[in-house]
Order: sequence, then structure tokens, then C-alpha cells
Amino acid sequence: METLERVLSEHAFFAGMDPEYVHLLVGCASNVRFEAGSFIFRQGEEARDFYLIRQGKAALEMAPPNRPPMMIQTVSEGDVLGWSWLIPPHRWRFDARALELTRAFAMDGACLRQKCGEDPRLGYELLRRFSSIIAERLEATCLQLMDVYAIQS
Amino acid sequence: MPSNLEVAAPPLEAAATTMLPRLFRVQRYLQETDDTFTLELGPLDDGAPLAFAPGQFNMLYVFGVGEVPISISGDPDKPGVLVHTTRAVGTVTRVMARLRRGELIGVRGPYGTPWPVDQAEGNDVVIVAGGIGLAPLRPALYRLLAQRDRFGKVVLLYGTRTPEDILYRKELERWRARFDVDVYVTVDRAIAPWRGSVGVVTHLIPKAPFDPLSSVALICGPEIMMRFSVFELEKRGVAADRIFVSLERNMKCGVGTCGHCQFGPLFVCREGPVFAYPRVRDWLAVREL
Ligand SMILES: Cc1cc2nc3c(=O)[nH]c(=O)nc-3n(C[C@H](O)[C@H](O)[C@H](O)COP(=O)(O)OP(=O)(O)OC[C@H]3O[C@@H](n4cnc5c(N)ncnc54)[C@H](O)[C@@H]3O)c2cc1C
Ligand code: FES
Repeated sequence: METLERVLSEHAFFAGMDPEYVHLLVGCASNVRFEAGSFIFRQGEEARDFYLIRQGKAALEMAPPNRPPMMIQTVSEGDVLGWSWLIPPHRWRFDARALELTRAFAMDGACLRQKCGEDPRLGYELLRRFSSIIAERLEATCLQLMDVYAIQS
Repeated sequence: MPSNLEVAAPPLEAAATTMLPRLFRVQRYLQETDDTFTLELGPLDDGAPLAFAPGQFNMLYVFGVGEVPISISGDPDKPGVLVHTTRAVGTVTRVMARLRRGELIGVRGPYGTPWPVDQAEGNDVVIVAGGIGLAPLRPALYRLLAQRDRFGKVVLLYGTRTPEDILYRKELERWRARFDVDVYVTVDRAIAPWRGSVGVVTHLIPKAPFDPLSSVALICGPEIMMRFSVFELEKRGVAADRIFVSLERNMKCGVGTCGHCQFGPLFVCREGPVFAYPRVRDWLAVREL
């Protein structure tokens, strides 16, 4: 567990976090790997975990009916994948698929929610980090929606 | 590098002061993507090749249709061939897209301010390009790579709409294979079998390998993309006066006399198109401009 704690604390998501909290969160973390092409999660499934990507690349995809799945974002080393574990009803809204061999820490959402419930300061710390990820994602979505490279009419 | 870096237009070449276009012949036509093409041009006369600095543009005249400003996208150290990459978007550029080898085009220029490549000596250089914005930046990259020892890290961050819209694909692969330049490409949307990055180009900035305190950033692309790129660069600690943007405005004369390209108190054709960001920051926020 000691090495897991050290490696975990080096992930960008935990930068500047009180070591005491990192120590606490190690209990919710496990090492996972996904082969290229395999699904990390699928739309509609229960969102149990979120993922801190350590290596590789994964795509968030949306599959419209009768059309090929559209990639809307890729994540790679240092990125965080998934926040549906945090927000009821805790179901994935997208598919996530490894584009190449991807290694990550899976963080157990139920375990985290319990620890946050016990220590609201930890809860605030996590929520603060997730809210900036969500805000960045929202900004990126706005730019994608504006289709800035399209020919203006 | 002085903290308040400025770029100034070099004095106009004698030929560039006249409104009379010089005749060039299309030597080669390259289809880059569905809507974007490159013309390689040679002068019809025996005159000197058109020397230019990276970032400058020419007014290209498609006979009987009209004249448009297009950046020079070739190698500044090989001025013998004049290279322009153009996206067919409207009246003039759509007809230009139909020109073929041997046909003629009128050229006035080169005009405008260059990228501050020489002034960036000793610094990391971060190039952020969006869509066709890679074309005006390519001469800067050629120059940086030709004089590679003079600079720290050289990083190219390129974003475009879809994998099919990627410009200069082969060249990007060649640059990516080099050890002395970091190239990252991302697209706004994709379907399989694309295995590269998906997401807006601004998202490449936080993880890109450069030292924000000793970097010069050159940005070209749609204005919104440039604004968000500046936010991200500043968030990483790059000082505003080390950030340069290239602006586009409708142009007529290209030499600062007609006022067509006015942007606040600035004439983009003479005082730009490359500006140090602080010079245009306040005007970029004005909706009506
Ligand atoms: C300094 C400078 C350098 C430039 N360099 C290049 C270059 O290297 N390559 C290049 O392809 N273009 C470049 N441009 C843009 C180019 O000048 C315009 O695309 C061109 O003038 C359009 O003329 P048109 O007659 O074909 O289109 P118009 O008939 O004038 O416009 C038709 C439609 O296209 C839209 N449109 C016009 N321009 C653009 C654009 N740039 N992007 C998206 N939609 C547009 C208009 O909103 C309009 O709806 C540059 C512009 C400037 C000011
Ligand atoms: S285009 Fe005429 S003043 Fe700039």
C-alpha cells in the first residue's frame, strides 16, 4: 500500500492535497488495466468508480442510433475519467473505451462517498477538484459546439 | 528577450508599394483536404524572388473575380517558390481553388508584420494553431527548425475540426518523428479508426512541455480559439507580452490607405496581422469590432 500511496500522490489530480487525505483515499483505490479496444464503462451502467489515468489513452464516446460512435473527448496520462459516481443516479452517460493499453487507478465511488460523508472537509476538497474538471469540460463542450473551424455563413 | 516585445512591419519592398499585381504562374497545385489547397507559384518575369518574413501575407488577385489576403505558407529560406495554402470559403477563394498548373494569378506583397522568431532566441517557442491557422505559422516553424540551436523547446499544438481536416499531414508526421520538436494534434470530433486525441486545442496547453517563464507563444486560428488559448497560456504563467496572435480582417489595399481592415485604432494590414497580445487585448473583447 505504501508504494500505491506514493504513486497515487504523484497523479496530477492529487497535486497539493493534504497527505493525510491521500492516505485515506488509498483505501478506495485499485490498480486497473484495459487492453486496447476494451470498454472501461458503458452508457447506462452503474457508475461505481472514477479513473485516474496513469498511462495510455481512452475515448469518451456517444453512440447515436444507426451512426458510428462519435468520440467526444480523449483522456491520457494525468487526466481524470468520469464523474457520474458523484452525481445521482450514478449511471454512466457515455461509453469509455481504451484506444491503447491503458493503466489507471480505479477509485471506488461508494467508498469515497462514505469517506466524504464522514469528513466534509475531504468532501469539499474532492468536490473542489471535480468542479474544476467539470467546468473545463463544459468550456470545451461550448467550444466544440461553436464549431469554430466551420465556414461562417 | 526584452519584456515588452513588439513586432513591426519591415519597410515595404519597392514592388509592394504599387497597387499593380506582379504576374505569377501556378507551378504546382496540391489538394490538402476537401476544401483546402496549396498553390506553388513562380514569377512570370525574370525579377527577384519574393523574399518574405514568416507571418507575412500577399494580396492574391484571381483575375476577373477579386483580390484576397492570403498568408505565405512556404519556407522563408526558399523564396524561389511562392507557397500559399488557401481554404475555399467564398467568391474569390472558390474560383482560386479551380486554378491549375500553368494558369496565372496576380500577387502584391509581401505585407504585414512577421512572427517574432528572431526575438524568441534562447526561449522555448510554443505554436498554437487552429484549422487553416497552421498555414501562416508553417514558415515560422520552418525557420525555427532551420535554426534549431538558437531556441529552447519547440512545441506545436495543432487543433482542427475532424481527422479529415488535418493540414500538411505528411509534414506533421515528419516533425513528430524528430526528437527536437514536440508535436501534438487534436481534433474536435472523430469516429473510429482515429486513435489520436479528441478535444479542443486549448486542452493541450496545460500538459505541453515548455517553461512558461521563458516561452514565446505564437497563435493563429479562429478568434475564439485564440482567445481561449491566451487564457490557458496565461493560466500556465506565460506573460501576456510574450504571446502573439495573428488577426484577420477584410482587406482591400493591404498597404494602410483604405481603412478596410481597421480594428479599433489599428490597421491590421500595416500594424498587423501579427500583434503582441496586449496591443489588441481590449479590442478583442469589443463585440462590435
Ligand atoms: C492577413 C490575412 C491572412 C490570411 N491568410 C489566409 C490563409 O493563409 N489561408 C486562407 O485560406 N485564408 C487566409 N485568410 C482569409 C482569407 O483572406 C479569406 O478567407 C478570404 O478573403 C475570403 O474571400 P472570399 O471572396 O473567398 O470569401 P467571401 O465571399 O468574402 O466570403 C464568403 C463566406 O465565407 C466566410 N468566410 C470568409 N472568410 C472566412 C474564413 N477565413 N474562415 C471561415 N469563413 C470565412 C464569410 O463569412 C462568408 O460567409 C487571411 C486573411 C487575412 C486578413
Ligand atoms: S486594407 Fe486598406 S488599410 Fe488595411
